[in-house]
Amino acid sequence: MDLRRDVFQAIADPTRRAILLLVATQSMTAGAIAANFNTARPTVSKHLSILTECQLLEQEQNGREIYYHLNPDKMKEIADFIEPFRKMWEDRFDKLETIMKQYKTKK
Amino acid sequence: MEKKTKVNAEDGKQDLMITREFDLPLELLFKACSDKDLVEQWMSNPYTTTKLLKFDAKKHGSYELQSSDAYGNVVFKANGAIHEFIPGRKITRTFEMENAPFGVQLEIYEFEQLTEDTSRLNMHVIYESAALRDQVLKVPFAQGIGMAHDRMQEIVGKLK
Repeated sequence: MDLRRDVFQAIADPTRRAILLLVATQSMTAGAIAANFNTARPTVSKHLSILTECQLLEQEQNGREIYYHLNPDKMKEIADFIEPFRKMWEDRFDKLETIMKQYKTKK
Repeated sequence: MEKKTKVNAEDGKQDLMITREFDLPLELLFKACSDKDLVEQWMSNPYTTTKLLKFDAKKHGSYELQSSDAYGNVVFKANGAIHEFIPGRKITRTFEMENAPFGVQLEIYEFEQLTEDTSRLNMHVIYESAALRDQVLKVPFAQGIGMAHDRMQEIVGKLK
């Protein structure tokens, strides 16, 4: 089984969603991100490592600091996660339409 | 090209809406959804054959469906009760997959005439919870484009 974290598991947590929103517009250090939450710093670090592990966040070394920023490609993947479900119905409905057009002419 | 089938699933909600406009008169669209042979045809694809073991399309009726792969192995079973059946207008039914942890879903199909030759189907699907809705939505995503319901069984097997 694949042990890598699932992106959907990652975004299921409200704190992690809040972190993604925070870094959506700017790169931030772990300290600056943690300052926005009432939770303990190690808890925020844990969230950051989960988000990094599933590639929603990317790290960037800048001098002595590590900055976190959003990985837009991975975010796009989440936005598109409904697409295969939609496609499944589209295929069925396309077939329905084809069958009924033939049905109409047969009558 | 504009996508003909739209899925509207708002974040954090336990329902979703599937909308599709058809190049078919309302009468034929409704027939496709209420005739046993026709439903079996459009619910089947090159990988799986869907059969309706029971299809009592009327108010307080029920149905049972089964999909098999190319070798005849049953890969998917589902059933439900029909709560409302108004020809040309509305079908309300439940849908539950057998041996799957997705719970039961309530499906409200509304049929609308647009012009003499076009019609629209609005499917409102309500799940037991927002989390279950997202799980069902993710199954085709997880399996990749092109995979259909029949693959759910496989994934469910792995989850157990």
